[in-house]
Amino acid sequence: MALTGLVLAGFVLGHMTGNLLMFKGPEAINAYAAWLHANKGLLWGARTVLIISTFAHIWVGIQLALENRAARDGGPAADATRRATIASRTMPYSGVVILGFAIFHLLHFTFKAVALGDVSFGDDVYKMVIAGFSSKPVAYFYIISMLLLCLHLSHGVSSVFQTLGLRNERWRSRLDVLALAYAWIIALGFISIPLAVLTGCLK
Amino acid sequence: MVQDNGKEQTLALKLRVWRQRRGQPGAFEEHSLAAVPTSASFLEMMDMLNEQLIKAGKDTFAFDHDCREGICGMCSMTINGMPHGPIPGVTTCQLHMRNFRDGETITVEPWRARAFPVLKDLAVDRSGFDKVIQSGGFITVRTGSAPEANNIPVPKPIADEAMDAAECIGCGACVASCKNGSAMLFVGAKINHLNILPQGQAERDRRTLSMVKTMDEAGFGNCTNYGECQAHCPKSITLDVIAKLNRDYLRARVKEFFSSTGKPSKGGD
Repeated sequence: MALTGLVLAGFVLGHMTGNLLMFKGPEAINAYAAWLHANKGLLWGARTVLIISTFAHIWVGIQLALENRAARDGGPAADATRRATIASRTMPYSGVVILGFAIFHLLHFTFKAVALGDVSFGDDVYKMVIAGFSSKPVAYFYIISMLLLCLHLSHGVSSVFQTLGLRNERWRSRLDVLALAYAWIIALGFISIPLAVLTGCLK
Repeated sequence: MVQDNGKEQTLALKLRVWRQRRGQPGAFEEHSLAAVPTSASFLEMMDMLNEQLIKAGKDTFAFDHDCREGICGMCSMTINGMPHGPIPGVTTCQLHMRNFRDGETITVEPWRARAFPVLKDLAVDRSGFDKVIQSGGFITVRTGSAPEANNIPVPKPIADEAMDAAECIGCGACVASCKNGSAMLFVGAKINHLNILPQGQAERDRRTLSMVKTMDEAGFGNCTNYGECQAHCPKSITLDVIAKLNRDYLRARVKEFFSSTGKPSKGGD
C-alpha cells in the first residue's frame, strides 16, 4: 500500500503542477502536452509504472479490506471510537470513488470517448479542458472527487511513513500536518481549474 | 459523582451483559443492580452482579480476572464499546464505579475479534497471543544460576525504551479496540522489548519474521493506522512500536532475501 501509494501520491503532484499551465494560456498547456507526447519513452515509462502501481494498490487494498473485516468479526455492539480519523475510516470508500473518477477521467480526456458538447478541438488540450468543464455535472464530479482525494491523501501520505518505520510519537503529529497540507495543495490545485472554468475566469 | 457527606454514594445501574456459550451465538441479558458503592472497582461490581444471580439461583457471568491491581493483563471487558472502559490508561480492574452515573445503562461485552473466540460470556480465548510469544517472544540463554549483572552493558536509553515496551501486559485491548482486529501493537511491543536489547540480538531477524508470520496465521487483521490501539491501551503503549516493528520487519526481509548461501552459484565461477 505504502510504496504504490507513494508512486501515486507523487504522480498527482506532477499531474497537478502540469495542469496549472492552463492559467498560463493555451500555448503553454498545449506545448506541454505536445512535449509529453513527443517523448514516447518517458510517457510510456511513466504510464507503465502508474498502471502497475494502480493495480497493485487496488489489489492490496481489496485484500486488506477483506482480511480486516473478517478479523474484526463484527466488532462490539456499542462501538466507540477514540481517535481514528474520518479519513482513516473511509479509505476504501474514498478509494473506490477516486477509482471511478480516474476511469471516467481517462475516458474523457485520454481516450476522448465521452462526447460532451463541441468536440471539434483536435489536439487542442486547452479547448478540450474548457469544453469538458463547461458541463456542470462533469465539473462538480471532478471537484467532489478531488475533495475525496484530499481526504484519502491526508491519511495515506502520513501512513506511508509509519509503514516504512519512519515515524515516532514526536513526528506523528508533524507528519499528519504535512500530509494534510500536501493533500490540500493537490486538491486545491486540481479544483482551481474547473472552478475557474465555471466562474468564467478561463475561457 | 462522589460527594463528601460522610457517607459513600451508591449507584443503581442497568447492565446489558453478553451471555454466550462456546461455539453458539450469544445475546445481551439485562439486569438491574442496586447499591453499587462508587469506590467499587468494575470487577467488584461484576462480583456483586454474580452474587445477586447466585442468590436467585441463576447462572453467573464468566469473566477473566487475576491480580486485580492492573498488572497481569487478565481482565478483558468491552465497556460501552471501549476495551477496559472509558478511562484511558487503566485496566478494567482499576476502573472504579465513580466514573459512572447513577441510573446509567452499561453495556458489557467480551473482546470482539475473530482471533479471540468467546469461551463463555465475557471470557475469550487469547491463546493467539501465546502462539505469537512461543514463535519468538523469548531470548535463548543458559538457564541455571543468575548471570553476573554487569556482564552485558545496556545503555540507559535502550534500557528505558525496552522497559517502556515491556510494560505491555498482553491483555488484548489493542486487538479489541482495533477496527481491523490487528495485533500489531502487541507484537510491536514484544519486538521492541527484545530486539533492542543486547540479549535479544542473536534471534533478532528470526524473531521478527516468525512472530509476524504467526500473528497473520492466528487470524489477526492488518494495521491501517487508525491509532485506536494506543488510545485504548491500559499501559499507553504508543504507535512507535508499530513503526519500529515495520522497520525491523523490512530489514529482516531484505536480509533474508539477500542472505548468503556460502556456496558459489551453479554455472558461476
